[in-house]
Amino acid sequence: MKRPAVEPRILPGFGPALGFTLLWLSVVVLAPLAALVLSALRMPPAEIARIVAAPRVAASIRLTFGLALASAAVAALLGLLLAWVLVRHRLPGRRLLDALIDLPFALPTAVAGIALTTLYAPNGWLGRPLAALGVPVAFTPLGIGVALVFLGIPFAVRTLEPVLESLDPEVEDAATSLGATAGQTFRRVLFPELLPALATGFSLAFARGLGEYGSVVFISGNMPMRTEVAPLLIMTRLEQYDYAGATALAAVLLVASFLLLLAVNRLQAWGVGPAARG
Amino acid sequence: MDAYALSPRSGSRAVRLLLGAAALAVLGLFLVVPLAAVFAEAFRNGAAAYLASVRHPDALAALRLTLLVAAIAVPLNVAFGLAAGWALGKFRFPGRSVLLALVDLPFAVSPVVAGMVLVLVFGRTGLLGPWLAAHAFPVVFAVPGIVLATVFVTFPFVARELVPLMQATGSEEEEAARVLGAGFLTTFLRVTLPNVKWALLYGTILCTARAVGEFGAVSVVSGHIRGRTNTLPLHVEVLYDEYDFQGAFAVATLLTGVALVTLVLQALLGRRRREERR
Amino acid sequence: MRQTRRAALLAVAVGAAAAAFLLAREGASGPAPEVTLLNVSYDPTRELYQEVNAAFARRWLERTGQRVTIQQSHGGSGKQARSVIDGLPADVVTLALAYDVEAISRMTGLVRPGWQKRLPHNSCPYTSTVVFLVRKGNPKGIRDWPDLARPGVSVVTPNPKTSGGARWNYLAAWGSALVRGKDARAAEALVRGIVRNVPVLDTGARGSTTTFVQRGIGDVLLAWENEALLALRQGDAGRVEIVVPPDSILAEPPVALVDAVVDRRGTRAVAQAYLEFLYSDEAQAIVARHGYRPRSPAALRAARVPFPPLRLFTVDALFGGWETAQRAHFDEGGLFDRMLQP
Repeated sequence: MKRPAVEPRILPGFGPALGFTLLWLSVVVLAPLAALVLSALRMPPAEIARIVAAPRVAASIRLTFGLALASAAVAALLGLLLAWVLVRHRLPGRRLLDALIDLPFALPTAVAGIALTTLYAPNGWLGRPLAALGVPVAFTPLGIGVALVFLGIPFAVRTLEPVLESLDPEVEDAATSLGATAGQTFRRVLFPELLPALATGFSLAFARGLGEYGSVVFISGNMPMRTEVAPLLIMTRLEQYDYAGATALAAVLLVASFLLLLAVNRLQAWGVGPAARG
Repeated sequence: MDAYALSPRSGSRAVRLLLGAAALAVLGLFLVVPLAAVFAEAFRNGAAAYLASVRHPDALAALRLTLLVAAIAVPLNVAFGLAAGWALGKFRFPGRSVLLALVDLPFAVSPVVAGMVLVLVFGRTGLLGPWLAAHAFPVVFAVPGIVLATVFVTFPFVARELVPLMQATGSEEEEAARVLGAGFLTTFLRVTLPNVKWALLYGTILCTARAVGEFGAVSVVSGHIRGRTNTLPLHVEVLYDEYDFQGAFAVATLLTGVALVTLVLQALLGRRRREERR
Repeated sequence: MRQTRRAALLAVAVGAAAAAFLLAREGASGPAPEVTLLNVSYDPTRELYQEVNAAFARRWLERTGQRVTIQQSHGGSGKQARSVIDGLPADVVTLALAYDVEAISRMTGLVRPGWQKRLPHNSCPYTSTVVFLVRKGNPKGIRDWPDLARPGVSVVTPNPKTSGGARWNYLAAWGSALVRGKDARAAEALVRGIVRNVPVLDTGARGSTTTFVQRGIGDVLLAWENEALLALRQGDAGRVEIVVPPDSILAEPPVALVDAVVDRRGTRAVAQAYLEFLYSDEAQAIVARHGYRPRSPAALRAARVPFPPLRLFTVDALFGGWETAQRAHFDEGGLFDRMLQP
């Protein structure tokens, strides 16, 4: 068998394993997505541009990207806090708290959406006091943000934790003994080390936020021009038998997601990323 | 107080307390409170009402379908994850990083887009639609479509755990086994698998949790036929739309239960998995 | 040992795939003593059809000795029509507006043209109208359509783009101006004022009712009469009350046989009987119990639900039918889209 250009190895099984990987990848992921891209390409580009530039669509794309960006940033910061405390502070019940981080991964998005809406509605446990303070949450962009932060936190924590664990506290001690303040130590010593993982967690949360539908649709209020997210608009188009419009929007979201992932990959989340540190 | 007196990693007592409290507040507000809300609503009318909702034939049918779908989707993705781990983790070849990004793609694709793509390909007016209709083999609005949607959204979970780990552990042990005359299967089962078994289990658990809880993609392809193509998350939505809030949350606790079991298993596995990585 | 476990895993996967295949095929061939129908309907009819289905199954068994199970699928009217277009094998569709059935017919031919003439009353066995649901005691004093456009009044309605019910709401408001002799410009100003007062635009009628009743958002909910009555029956009578405006729209939700599906599955006879059953005295009484206005005068008289009289106008009379209304108001770049722009 002719092997592709592979580092010489005595390990067998590369061909079949890669073959199966490619086959499954093609059947499940690539073929369907290619069908989408192809049907979008069959439309004249001017038509796609017209669909995407329509005020309501443009507003929803702006909202979706803006909120996904802001929520991913908040999730990254909160994730840093949580990861730091979980790794460096020996909290009682730490393992249980650590496991809890994955809740948004495991909780079905519809359940999350309903639960968050119930909580943050003006008559909910958290919504009532917040509304009294003049901060309505459910049915505003802020509500969508809350849902996206909820979904994004685990991405940030899970990419940061291994890096924090692998950092040697002695380096910080050394920095301190050389006269650095706590702030300087964090900025100059810790932050550069954490930055790639922070960026990876941020990007993953961002990508997830771009496409989220299940939880957002309950809490958003779905007001065109104000709280209507792009995935909802795709659904709306489908329900109006506007397949071309839905396809164009879906293709735009898809391309955005893929570019993001390539960016993440450049940050080497997989290769020498946190998980591979040993 | 002077900066030398304290090690920065312990920080001052006040800062430690502040960070710990902030982390607990974030955990509580974002993760514990929504969880509590689900259970509070589910038991609002007492345990009898809860049991009645959970034991309703439609709920049971949804539960059966959800388990069936997970039973098909998860093994397929585990097999894929092992193949991908072997091909992408143990070997270097051109195009590997693009493949890695493609494997990750389903994470970033909006579930709504995923479902819509399946309709584009397999729907009545889709590419394969006429052929499928002629052979009386429905895909969308039937179980195969739900399985496909689930496989798509859970596609990367196992591979994502295995690839970095298999890469980090290297292939010296496998090569040694080969040199000692072990066949491929023996090498794989006796050397590779034991090295990654906890990560494999962890990936499988996350994959299962997501498979059970997927809403957006499945919602597009299910057709919402009660007792036939409604999965548990869809059934939650149905009950919610029927003003049966207590029932919706009661069924949601089943899904939350899956999530909690996942979390507990993870807490148990977490340490072993980390050890595996070292 | 490990090898057998792996083999077992493979066997489970293969077995499960085979099971899925069989399960999927099973729907295609029904043995004669038992038959299933799929009724693809819109959101608010769940409770209605649960009862109608049980009654029809009893009658059909008496008449023919055949057991019939009617499966239900519910969702937004447009979404449901799209599912049928994409291949959901509905024997009958019972949707919120004729436009959606027309879309199925036009885009796929699954429903033969002229479907609306095949059953009495334009294939609409029950009607409804659009009323207001307000907070108990009507604190904002909402009585009529112009009240909805007042500053400071918060109006909850679903999105006309995704909800059939919302399209009826919108056209009811517009038409209320027209029947009072106002011109299209005044009607547009009224509807624009109402749209400006909407804080939450849910995707479906059910979502809006939940937002208004459970979440406590808004001063008034525009709702199907049957939805408003249902909300009262759900034990929310202490918190909300119904206000019937002097004029409103005659909402006619149509039913239709999906010809291509019933012919393929051999279910035409039972599906036809099912739709005809909707016009029977028994079904009309059920219809009234669920807050829909029955076509049969006897059922209307006998109904314990109050159906106050009001002046009703139709889409055909004021808007030239659904196709025209859809194009002018709800399509991309239509009047509704332009209202949303600042």
